[in-house]
Amino acid sequence: MNLLEKLDAAATARKSLLPDGVGAFGIPIEEVYSATEARIGDRRVLLLGTNNYLGLTFAPECIQAAHQAIDKEGTGTTGSRMANGSYFGHRALEREFADFYQCSNGIVFTTGYQANLGTISGLVGPGDTVLIDGDSHASIYDGCILSGADIVRFKHNDAADMEKRLRRLGNRVETTLIIAEGIYSMLGDQAPLAEIIKIKKQYGCILLLDEAHSLGVLGETGQGLVEKTGLLNEVDFITGTFSKSLCSIGGFCVSNHPQLEQLRYVSHPYIFTASPSPATIASTRAALELLRKGSHLREQLWKNCTQLYTQLKQTGYQLGPDPGPVIAAILETPQQALLMWKSLLEHNIYVNLILPPAAPEGKSLVRCSVNAAHTSEQIQYVGDTFAKLYDLVNA
Amino acid sequence: MSETDYNQIVQLLCDRLTSLSKVPEVSIAPETNLITQLSIDSIKLLNLIMEIEDTFDISIPINALTDIQTVGELAALVHKIKSAS
Ligand SMILES: Cc1ncc(COP(=O)(O)O)c(C=O)c1O
Repeated sequence: MNLLEKLDAAATARKSLLPDGVGAFGIPIEEVYSATEARIGDRRVLLLGTNNYLGLTFAPECIQAAHQAIDKEGTGTTGSRMANGSYFGHRALEREFADFYQCSNGIVFTTGYQANLGTISGLVGPGDTVLIDGDSHASIYDGCILSGADIVRFKHNDAADMEKRLRRLGNRVETTLIIAEGIYSMLGDQAPLAEIIKIKKQYGCILLLDEAHSLGVLGETGQGLVEKTGLLNEVDFITGTFSKSLCSIGGFCVSNHPQLEQLRYVSHPYIFTASPSPATIASTRAALELLRKGSHLREQLWKNCTQLYTQLKQTGYQLGPDPGPVIAAILETPQQALLMWKSLLEHNIYVNLILPPAAPEGKSLVRCSVNAAHTSEQIQYVGDTFAKLYDLVNA
Repeated sequence: MSETDYNQIVQLLCDRLTSLSKVPEVSIAPETNLITQLSIDSIKLLNLIMEIEDTFDISIPINALTDIQTVGELAALVHKIKSAS
């Protein structure tokens, strides 16, 4: 088989797995009306499958900041952070992230994916070890692979399992980086941070926490799981993305270890890519400000999360263990999940369809992401529709 | 570790893989290819590695799996790590 034939074989296998499922991935969004509504085909749909947790995609402050930046600095930086791509805004945003997390150092990356790639591959290398949660996001896996370090997985959210694997590493623990996430994107569950930290201190390892889905969502000022648990000072490196609650694109890493600065000189995902555009940086800075003082948004978000989680649970759906903005209905088969997904779309509700092996433990997920801009009526409609479809998919 | 240990590892892997394989009619031997013949998906394989780590109280970095294609090669890797531990 040549290279193209291999791709054809993979495409055939994919289609045969779920013949009617082809349209479910990369669905064309024709028009976006607001943080909660868009047009798919000729349907006006309710968006329940975005990462727009605080509902800030159309925040006037962010739009205005982006406009001003384009007018003043142009559409792109056309260069790397290491060359001509570090404008005032990039540096200011780094200081603002460091300040937000009460850290001495912060680095801005072009995407959250690259923040993980760049941070992990900068911190560890061949001969070192990364001990990662088994359900880690692909950007964490890819960062580990890029680093050349030995990759050991522990059972998802199981601190005792993590300790067992750490113990087996013997004196290699000294060069071991542990990686976990604030909120996991598949089931919306949170890392057992206090237990992980207790163990990491006992063994003297370094801990990286990816707050991609928890930034803006958890904690009084929205720092994430570190704030909710009061453990900010115990985590060595925090990464995150601008692409969810901050409604733009980019990523960051903050730390109190001054060595973070060295990453700028060794980390290819930082160096060999152009820096975020001025408009992106400007809207992110405005969004970060809104996020920090957004307790009212978090309050509304959590009201919505609790409303939907409770209703789906009462209807009988199997859900992830923690209520939160990511609410996944767990279905036994891909066919059931696809049927559910399609039926929701027929009721003008867009959610995410996640099939194995992307979903944990061979399950299939119909995943809702709730945001602060959803009205209580919209959430009620989604909950009622799930209730209406329960017998259809569980027949 | 000895030859018998290697054979025990092969046996253990064959038993576990029989229950994970999507292709029940393939009988599993050291030459059996994990992906092309058994259609073991990546996550199942990674979870099997965790199980093997626990059975033998060893650490198997998953990056070491890039060169592994067959049941026999996986057994040899486990055997090598176990012998060195
Ligand atoms: C846990 C986690 N980390 C990192 C990323 C990457 O973020 P970005 O979209 O900025 O590349 C994501 C987003 O998909 C994520 O879910």
